[in-house]
Amino acid sequence: MEYNSFAAWLDAAEKESKALWELALAAELSQEEMSEAEIYRALEERLLVMESSAERGLSGLLSHSGLSGGDAKKLAEYRQSGGILSDFTLNVMSKAIAINECNAAMGVICATPTAGSAGTCAAVLLAAAEDLKLSRLAQQRFLISAGYLGRIIGNLASLSGAAGGCQAEVGSASAMAAFALVEAAGGAPAASGHAAAIALKNLLGLACDPVAGLVEIPCIKRNVMGAVNALSAAELALAGIESKIPLDEVIVAMGKVGQAMPATLRETALGGLAATPTAKRYADQLFNSTPAVDSSPETTSFD
Amino acid sequence: MSYNSIFDIIGPIMVGPSSSHTAGAVRIGQVARSLYGATAELAEISFYGSFAHTYRGHGTDLAVVAGILGCSTFDERIPEAFQMAEEQGLSLSITAVEEEVPEPNTARIKLSGDRDTVEVLGVSVGGGAVEIREINGFKLNISGDKRTLLLFHQDRAGTVAEVASRLALRSLNISHMELSRKQRGETALLSLECDQIIDPELIQQFSALAGVIKVIYVRP
Repeated sequence: MEYNSFAAWLDAAEKESKALWELALAAELSQEEMSEAEIYRALEERLLVMESSAERGLSGLLSHSGLSGGDAKKLAEYRQSGGILSDFTLNVMSKAIAINECNAAMGVICATPTAGSAGTCAAVLLAAAEDLKLSRLAQQRFLISAGYLGRIIGNLASLSGAAGGCQAEVGSASAMAAFALVEAAGGAPAASGHAAAIALKNLLGLACDPVAGLVEIPCIKRNVMGAVNALSAAELALAGIESKIPLDEVIVAMGKVGQAMPATLRETALGGLAATPTAKRYADQLFNSTPAVDSSPETTSFD
Repeated sequence: MSYNSIFDIIGPIMVGPSSSHTAGAVRIGQVARSLYGATAELAEISFYGSFAHTYRGHGTDLAVVAGILGCSTFDERIPEAFQMAEEQGLSLSITAVEEEVPEPNTARIKLSGDRDTVEVLGVSVGGGAVEIREINGFKLNISGDKRTLLLFHQDRAGTVAEVASRLALRSLNISHMELSRKQRGETALLSLECDQIIDPELIQQFSALAGVIKVIYVRP
């Protein structure tokens, strides 16, 4: 049994008194591609990559372009001295930077749902595992629920920055993280849906405008924002606050906003921050001022 | 629907920095390689849309070449793909094409050498997933992440039925099937995915069928 909307998934969870991860696992098994043991093994493999990418990033990596790196280490050191937010939040933030610095340095990461947004969901999961003492099984189930929601978002809208802007990448990742965190923290299935809806609503319209076309500026810091946004959305939902717009409708709206975005804001590095004088200077320095194609925004459209 | 499994979302495990522009690009390269069946002598790669604008920043060029050389998405040698190509005798031609395309992340790969030339048009749809839209000028839509049987044959009555009945005899269930031809009576391409693995013996049988020109079994 597959669920192509959150409404159908939630309906089954409530009728059958089952957890969201449980139904998602059954759906995965119904494809007859992998056994339950193989699914858990594959999840464990991905968890290990998430952990190693966070560790590598925290050790202080530099990207090949030299535009990013070393900030995860800086934030982890700052975390030791206290900070304003809770230690859990600072842990989430440093892991989000770390994973995306590892990604920018062409290190091995687990795309969740994409590489540019790999730090958002993984940071929330890894920090929750440490600070909320989630068991290994609970961590794997976190990924089942997050992954299944990602599948619904991808099919109803998009997960690609080139098709839907950053809202489709970090926005989706943030929704997935909020969704699974509520479940891991003991929230009801409906609360997971509210958390994801709130997280995604907050990021509608977010442009994909990578400086020099690199997944570095502003992508790395946007993962921090996506992760913290997920935490706050989860807290709202756990407090019983509801999204007035149902999750499925928010997802469809995200897809439509993506379609309405000009191509310059969809991973072409032609608009937004990528079009600022400083960004152009970086691009110039990196690529010896020989653009691969004529990149005037007026002449470029995919619609 | 583009996404079936939770592992389309939680994954792939890959070398950064971009699932669509790096991992997806590796996969399109891999499909081209498996169609060609070996390391080619020349790879002509054209990038369209967002690929054309940002391929250098994302390492899309390195990624496609790594895929053509048979690397996985998590192969740490991807950043050194150009050097590997030189060592393995693969010449490269990479072009950014300023042309409007229906989908933003599109690449065309032409592989040539002492085997039959292969030309693939692939689209990276996000999160590392790809769709192959064209093989040697035949329009189709396959994901390349499932085992796919490609059967080039003379367009005439009965070929599809013959293939389908031989699969049925072995209780192999077809999960996806497409037929594409350029012109009536000319060469046609049958592409199909099965729930089960098709054994080499059956593939041999298909190759021997009257009117069948070439059979390729693409493995993910």
